[in-house]
Amino acid sequence: MDALNLISRAQGHYVRAIDDGPIEDWPEFFTDNAFYKVTTADNHRRGLPAGIIWANNKAMLKDRVSALKEANIYEPHAYRHLLGQPAILEESESGATSETSFVVLRVTGNGPTDVFASGRYLDRYVFVDGKTLIDERIVVCDSSRTDTLLVLPL
Amino acid sequence: MVKGNGVAAAMAERSWPRSLTEVPYWVFQDEDVYEAEQANIFHGPFWSYLCLEAELAEPGDFCATFIGEQPVLVTRDHDGEVYAFENRCAHRGALIAMEHYGHAREFTCVYHAWTYNLQGDLTGVAFEKGINGKGGMPESFCKAAHSPRRLRLANVHGLIFGSLDNDVPDIEEYLGQEVLDRIERVLGGRKPVVLGRFTQTLPNNWKLYVENVKDSYHASILHLFFTTFGLNRLSQKGGIIVSESGAHHVSWSAIDREAEADRYYKEQNIRSESEYQLEDPSLVDSFSEVGDDITLQILSVAPGFVLQQIQNSIAVRQILPTGVDRTNLNWTYLGFEDDTEEQRLIRMKQSNLVGPAGYVSMEDGAIGGFVQRGIAGASTEFATVQMGGDQAVSSESRVTEASIRSFWKVYREAMGFSIEEAA
Ligand code: FES
Ligand SMILES: [Fe+2]
Repeated sequence: MDALNLISRAQGHYVRAIDDGPIEDWPEFFTDNAFYKVTTADNHRRGLPAGIIWANNKAMLKDRVSALKEANIYEPHAYRHLLGQPAILEESESGATSETSFVVLRVTGNGPTDVFASGRYLDRYVFVDGKTLIDERIVVCDSSRTDTLLVLPL
Repeated sequence: MVKGNGVAAAMAERSWPRSLTEVPYWVFQDEDVYEAEQANIFHGPFWSYLCLEAELAEPGDFCATFIGEQPVLVTRDHDGEVYAFENRCAHRGALIAMEHYGHAREFTCVYHAWTYNLQGDLTGVAFEKGINGKGGMPESFCKAAHSPRRLRLANVHGLIFGSLDNDVPDIEEYLGQEVLDRIERVLGGRKPVVLGRFTQTLPNNWKLYVENVKDSYHASILHLFFTTFGLNRLSQKGGIIVSESGAHHVSWSAIDREAEADRYYKEQNIRSESEYQLEDPSLVDSFSEVGDDITLQILSVAPGFVLQQIQNSIAVRQILPTGVDRTNLNWTYLGFEDDTEEQRLIRMKQSNLVGPAGYVSMEDGAIGGFVQRGIAGASTEFATVQMGGDQAVSSESRVTEASIRSFWKVYREAMGFSIEEAA
C-alpha cells in the first residue's frame, strides 16, 4: 500500500479512538519513543519549544490517558475530529512525513456542539511490521486560545 | 472608559459586608461593577503586569498587551529604554499596533497613516499640509499635543509593570519587601527565556481566578496530582505571606527534611489519597531551582499577575478580564539562559503540570465556570471565607483563606463600596 493509504487508514482509527473510544487505544498509535506536542501556530512560527501537552515517549501518553480517567476533574465532554486529506511530504519504504488539517468539535455536558480547535498535524510516520505508527506528531492549533481546558488529546 | 465621580458614586450606593468572611455574589455578575472596575482598578492606582523585559530584547521590539480592557503598547527604543503608551491612535482611535509581539522602526496607523515613534510621540500626519495648498490640518495643530497617553513603568527583576494612574505608589512600596524578595528569589540575577505562550479563555469573572490563585485550601484537594506525588501537601512545610497592603500574596512549600507523617490526609478521607502512579515518573524528577528547598511558590500581585514556580515549571500568568463572565489567562512559560540541556528537558516535561492541559491546573480553568454557573440566581447571597479565621494576615498554615480575604479588603476599598454590617 502507498503512504497515503497507510496514513489515511491509521488516522481514521486514531481519531476514532479519541472521539468514540476506547481512549486507552490512543497511545497505541505511537512508537515507544514518539514525540507528541500540542502547540499553537504562533509558538510554532516563533520556534518556541513548549507545548500545552509535551511528551517524548509513549509512557507519557499513557499517563495522559490514566490521568484523564482517574485523576483530573472536568465536565464530561466529547470530541468529533474532522480530518482533511493528508499531504504526503516525503515517503519511503520505511516511513513518511505528512501534514493533515483537522477541525475538532466539542460537546461539553449537555451543551451545544462548538468548534474547539482547528489546525494541522505535522507528522512523521514509520511503517513497521505491517503497522503504521506515529514517531512524531506536532499538533499545531491555528488559534492561540484554548477554551477553558484541554482534557482529551487532539 | 475612565469614568469620573459618576461611577464612584454609583458604587458607594452598594453596601459590602464589614466582615471579611463574606463576599457578595453580585460582585461576579454585575455589569456596572465590571465597568467600575475598569476605572477604579485597572485605570486606578494599581500596577499591572505588561510583559517581560526579555521579550523586548532589541531596540524596536514591541509587545501589544492590555491593562484590563485597555490596549497598551510596550516598546524598547534605540536609547535602550522601555516605554509604554496606550495602544490607540490619537486621530480616531484605531489600534496603533495589532501584532502581539513584533519589531518595528516606527508605528504607522493603518487607518490614515499617522505615525508614531517608539516612544509613542506623534511624528507624522498624512497630508498634514493638504494638497496644493488646499485642505490639511489647521496651522494651530500641534503634533506634540496629540500623543497617546504614556504609562508609568516599573521593572522588577525583568517583569515590566505599568500603571495608568500617576498616583500609584512606587513599585517597591506597592509590593512590599517580602513580595519583592520572593520575586527576586526566582528571577533575580537570571536571564529568562520564553519557552512558550498560551492563552486560556475562562468562562468566568476574572476575580474568581484571582481567588483560585490565592486559595491554597483547594490545591491539594481539587488537584490530585499535587498530593499523589507529594508536590504540595497542606501538611508540608510552608506558609502564606500576605503583603502588608493585603493586595498581594505568596504561597510556598518546601521539602521537609524531617519528612512529616501524612496522617492528616488519611484522617480526612478525601479523594486525594489514591494509588495513582505514573508510568513515566520522570515527569516529577526535578532539580533545586535556586539552591533552596522550596518546591512551590505561587505569588500574586494585584490586580492580575501571577509568578509561578511549581517544581521547575516557571511561568508568569496575566489575568485579563474580557467581560463580566469572560477572562483571558495568558501563560508565558519560562526557562533561563544558563539552563543546561537536561534542565531544559525537565522544564519541558513539567510544563505538562500547568497551562490549559496541565495535570495540576486544568481544573482551575473549569472551576471558575462552575462557580459562575452555581451562583446564577444568587446575587443577594454571599460566599463564606472563614477558613483560618476572619483576619487577612500571613500564617504558617496554608489551611487558611487569609489571602483571599485580604484581596477583598483591598478590592472593596478601591471600588468605594459602603462598608456595612451584613443584614
Ligand atoms: S485613526 Fe489612526 S490615522 Fe486615523
Ligand atoms: Fe488550583
